[in-house]
Amino acid sequence: MLRVNEVTTRYGAITALHGVSLHVEQGELVALVGPNGAGKTTLLNTVAGLLHPTTGSVELDGRAVTGRDPAALVHAGLALVPERRRIFRDLTVEENLRLAGITASKSARRDRLVEMRELFAVLASKWHTSAGYLSGGEAQQLAVARALMSDPRMLLMDEPTLGLAPSLIDVIFQLLVDLRDQGRTILVVEQNARRALELADRGYVLRTGHIVSEGPGPELAAQADLFATFIGVGE
Amino acid sequence: MTTLVQNVVDGLGRGSTYALLALGISLIFGVMHLVNFAHAELITVGAYLAYGLSTLGLGWWYLVPAIIASAVLASMAVEITAFRWVRNSSPFTLLLTSFAIERLSHALWQVLVSPKKQTFAGPGWAFDTWELGGIRVEVMDVITIVVTIVVLAITALVFTRTLFGLAVRASAEDFDAARLMGVRANRVISGAFGFAGLLAGIAAALIVMRSPTAEPTLGSDWLIKAVVAAIIGGLGSFSGAVVGGLSLGLAEVFFRSYLPDGTAQRLTDAVVFMLIAALFIVRPAGLFTVKTAERV
Repeated sequence: MLRVNEVTTRYGAITALHGVSLHVEQGELVALVGPNGAGKTTLLNTVAGLLHPTTGSVELDGRAVTGRDPAALVHAGLALVPERRRIFRDLTVEENLRLAGITASKSARRDRLVEMRELFAVLASKWHTSAGYLSGGEAQQLAVARALMSDPRMLLMDEPTLGLAPSLIDVIFQLLVDLRDQGRTILVVEQNARRALELADRGYVLRTGHIVSEGPGPELAAQADLFATFIGVGE
Repeated sequence: MTTLVQNVVDGLGRGSTYALLALGISLIFGVMHLVNFAHAELITVGAYLAYGLSTLGLGWWYLVPAIIASAVLASMAVEITAFRWVRNSSPFTLLLTSFAIERLSHALWQVLVSPKKQTFAGPGWAFDTWELGGIRVEVMDVITIVVTIVVLAITALVFTRTLFGLAVRASAEDFDAARLMGVRANRVISGAFGFAGLLAGIAAALIVMRSPTAEPTLGSDWLIKAVVAAIIGGLGSFSGAVVGGLSLGLAEVFFRSYLPDGTAQRLTDAVVFMLIAALFIVRPAGLFTVKTAERV
């Protein structure tokens, strides 16, 4: 479904990704792990169209979408839950979600709003509260719900458990599994490397802009101790 | 007491025009981080169009919609032909571009029409006054205040109820995140310019009805006040722009009224600007704080 071919992305003089290739098949949950500064966020942002690769290509459903506008990619069925959530703090929970349904028809948007209310009970109770007042866990759930409003077939998630309490981390991981079981295709970047890999169908390890290891998630998770120092994250 | 009420009405009348202009400036700043020094040229466009149409003998029922429509179109045209090309440049480039458009506009009216002031007939009732409990109010002041209240109420609805309004607010807060939601940058910026043009067009209609003249530099006086009003409110804050506009209008009228006759009265602007300078010492970001937004 998603194919990243030999992508190189630069920030000025700094090359953040060196010819990275990976693929995510329909219905898969794929984890992308690696130390801080490895280029994980750069990769997701490049796929989502926020950054343009200097070389290489990105394909969605077999069609080249390299350098397409992020909004066009949302229309094509891709959604990114960005790093640090980036919810709209000045908008209410309901307004955040309504806006995120901008690509849907009016009736589909209304149906999905009802769906999100049911799926995320914490959000339902703060429906008309400004998102700036939400706690970290609530904000993260809003960020995920917001991505789901466009009913994406391909969901990219950047550090969904960042800064959350352990009990909320469980909630988010369960949500990942549920979404995958509903048939969504997911590529998740996680700091809890071992745990994400255990749940994932497949995993990739990214280090200083290179893919250094890939394989079935549980297998990579088992090796996690081996390259714990190498990945740079414990867990 | 009577003077006080009269001053409040005058001040609100003046302030609401500032508010409409400042809101447009704040709106464009929100989505683009551009302080648009060409914004008040939209008033000039409307004024010249009204002058042109009035020489053809058309009445104010035609002039008002024409003024508003011309401001909307001119605002969107300037975005497409000028600002879109420098959208990703530094704020300084954006600022210079807006200065260039302002200068160009002045020059064009001088060349195409005349450097001299063109005067035409205003609506006959504009300076009629109503007596309400011993207080004389100008019809035009009442119209200005009522129109502004209605326009601001509609604007508030647009910003909270429509997807366009939500997209503008979201883009003002975090443009990239808005694009990740499927908001198309071109459309939301174009829409923001259109809406800012609509507000400026309504302000222009009110200004021209009160003072039916057209001259190349008509926009400049309004521009400075509108930018200052937007900054007082905190650039990018929509409610701030409205509060900034109204307070500036009230401050001006009160100083004009209570400063001693003669030279001191002519110092109204100076006194107002000194007060604003003092405000920025206390609150450098303006009255309403705006979270930093990201540019496209």
